[in-house]
Amino acid sequence: MKLLKLVPDDTNIDFLKWRVFAFALSLVLMAASIGLVATKGLNFGVDFIGGQMIRATFTQSATAPVSELRTKVGTLGYGEPTIQRFGKENQVSIRMKLPEGADKNPELANAMAVKITNKLKADYPGVRIDGVDSVSGKVSEELFSKGMLALLAAMAGVSLYIWIRFEWQFGVGAIWSLVHDVTLTFGLFSLVGLEFDLNIIAALLTIIGYSLNDTVVVYDRIRENLMKFRKMDMAGLLNLSVNETLARTVMTSVSISLPLLVLVFFGPDVIFGFSLAMAFGIIVGTYSSIYQAAPILIWLKVGPHSFVPTEGAAPKAERLGESFGAQP
Amino acid sequence: MLDFPRWRVWMLSLLVLVGVLLAIPSVLPTSIRAQLAQFVPTPTINLGLDLAGGSHILLEADTSQLAETRLEALEDSVRSAMRRTDPRIAIGNVSRANGQLSFTVTDSSQVDAAREALLPLTSNTLGSRDWNIGVNDGNRIVLSPASTGNETALDQAMDTAKDVIDRRINALGTLEPTIIRQGENRIVVQVPGLEDPEALKALIGKTAKLEFKLVDEQADPDQTAKGIARVGSQVLPYPDNPSGLPNIAVRRLGGISGDKLIKADPTFDQQTNEPAVTIQFDSEGGQKFARMTQQNTGKLFAIILDGQVISAPQIKEPIFGGISQISGSFTVESANALSISLRSGALPVDLKIVEERSVGPDLGADSIRRGILAAVIGTTSILVLMFAVYGRFGMYANIALVINIGLILGVMALANATLTLPGIAGFVLTIGAAVDANVLINERIREELKRGRRVVQAIEFGYKEASRAIFDANSTNVIAAVLLFIFGSGPIRGFAVVLMIGIVTSVFTAVTLTRMWVAGWVKRTRPQELVI
Repeated sequence: MKLLKLVPDDTNIDFLKWRVFAFALSLVLMAASIGLVATKGLNFGVDFIGGQMIRATFTQSATAPVSELRTKVGTLGYGEPTIQRFGKENQVSIRMKLPEGADKNPELANAMAVKITNKLKADYPGVRIDGVDSVSGKVSEELFSKGMLALLAAMAGVSLYIWIRFEWQFGVGAIWSLVHDVTLTFGLFSLVGLEFDLNIIAALLTIIGYSLNDTVVVYDRIRENLMKFRKMDMAGLLNLSVNETLARTVMTSVSISLPLLVLVFFGPDVIFGFSLAMAFGIIVGTYSSIYQAAPILIWLKVGPHSFVPTEGAAPKAERLGESFGAQP
Repeated sequence: MLDFPRWRVWMLSLLVLVGVLLAIPSVLPTSIRAQLAQFVPTPTINLGLDLAGGSHILLEADTSQLAETRLEALEDSVRSAMRRTDPRIAIGNVSRANGQLSFTVTDSSQVDAAREALLPLTSNTLGSRDWNIGVNDGNRIVLSPASTGNETALDQAMDTAKDVIDRRINALGTLEPTIIRQGENRIVVQVPGLEDPEALKALIGKTAKLEFKLVDEQADPDQTAKGIARVGSQVLPYPDNPSGLPNIAVRRLGGISGDKLIKADPTFDQQTNEPAVTIQFDSEGGQKFARMTQQNTGKLFAIILDGQVISAPQIKEPIFGGISQISGSFTVESANALSISLRSGALPVDLKIVEERSVGPDLGADSIRRGILAAVIGTTSILVLMFAVYGRFGMYANIALVINIGLILGVMALANATLTLPGIAGFVLTIGAAVDANVLINERIREELKRGRRVVQAIEFGYKEASRAIFDANSTNVIAAVLLFIFGSGPIRGFAVVLMIGIVTSVFTAVTLTRMWVAGWVKRTRPQELVI
């Protein structure tokens, strides 16, 4: 039987030749992302800025009357609504700021939701209200700070783990590639103006976990080769390690992105942003473990001297690996 | 490494069987599951509100108001304690400013007696101290809350509030609410399958504190209109005031509270035929009510609900027996809601809705359908890919993957976990990531074969060398998932749970199970060549 090979045997691609260019490109993209977030900002959902979001489906028409809705809801006296399509052409989300004083008196927020939904039902007989989310300013502030704290804690936590299991330079490389992936995802959300809510924080945390997955595999091979080929120059050794793990990198990226892309194109509309963030993050994460996490080791002067085979991190790691997986 | 004793094979197979069996009830239609439940336990995965549809409401208690209520109650007990002492202790200049209760004892020689009489009021039934007593300027007694006093009071109030909410929602009928306290002063209410939460919110948002106070008939209407009350009176809003004023003045003291009711039912006013609520006091409240109506026949008394006057009828005759009727501008629904609220007791503290999410059932059903579709397409494409790339070893990985899906569902059912929309995404992601371990192992075996190792040795090396990377990679995922669980809320937690369970089961199926099958195959066929 002839098996399919996604990557030919014994590749010898000089990935590291492009390291300066790739690094510069990444820096530019990161700067652009930060600039975008700073100027254009993120399209925060009610989770993070408070307010009310009403989801509605216009079951009797093919498209939702967005601009008409904007005027109609606008005349109710609660200010200008933000209306976006989500999913199908006839589904919209209507976002409103909470009325003045709603923090003291939740009845006001309630009254607004009732008024808007009644208006919709009266003017469009086929409308179906799919949900109402109402988040007060206080709760949204808490959700935001908790979400950001989770992101930072996750980045610090996994980098610390890498530092303990490898060497400090690997920890720095890991955290750099994570910052890279997360920043670019922020940039993407700012660029396309997709709603940034709690789900996106969850997606980012998952990206942190899985982007590191790749980095760990490459790092593990670098460590192994550092102990095996003690005379090889660093760029050559990194190239060898990346090439040796290339078949796996490609295969895993394909097998993780496949279902995620299915989720983006066929999955539930409500989590479109969430699926997109994950798919994007996983792809960027694969790139960053080759072009960010690996070359940074050269600049941080990692060499065979970083691992003394007799004692230290590597043998410990190997013992852990054995007790976890293989039976003696 | 390739040596698998028979008992180990049996144990692993049994484990897989149990895990997958646990998953079965969750995928059966509800009707069949109900029949099955008569014979065997049927642990099932709960559907989150975003999938099943329903309402999530986060309530927050107003702590400052609780402190104020405690002060009011303390003032009442202090006044009656001072009246009961023999000789009676005259007090004046009562103030509740700055969170303290202070008053002057008119005859300074009675200060010690007053202190003595106050002592029982300062500690609670558990014996710990609620209030500190101090004396200023010789005759001014100051009661300030002890540091633990307010916390204990809040804690008790929240527990009571939770029970009250539970009773009120149960009165609505067949809903299956989840009511949990969160943090110091919050309560989460989740009601699956409730499409329109308006009735629910009207019920749980109302404090339902009922009071009866005498109307201050000597009050100057001009002052009342401006919201200024005379000494001993207070001005309350009165939307349906027949005099046209938006408010009314009532006497501060001498009223009774309606928290001791044994019955409250919706009814119709016999004269006007409008919806009303009849209430019945317990015996103590009934006696108080009788006394009040007897002493004040002919006067007006205000019926106050949550600080707002709903009507102010005249006391035509003393009311004995403790049964009274409350009328105001009720609709049938609001009379019904008020009687439920009164029956289940007043909330000990005002609760505000700080977060509310509701999802219609159609959207949830659509999400489930599309989520399952994505999972099926994703899984199928991976199965095809793995088999095409790794042949026999891909087949092993595929069987492991299918078992893994069963195990995740089984563990979730056993833990009674909740599947949310992000949880489905987590599921899809786990499916993709689960084969990573097999990819690592198989690629390593390929490499070792290329280096010229014999088949058995290559397989052994493949598993051994790959485990290290598998371990590290999954550890980082666990770290991220745990943080997600700690910091996440609601649906996100559901996602974290799926990730954590998925990581553990996928390592088990992708590493341990495939190794067992590979070992069995190697033992049986002693392969000299390996196509991988």
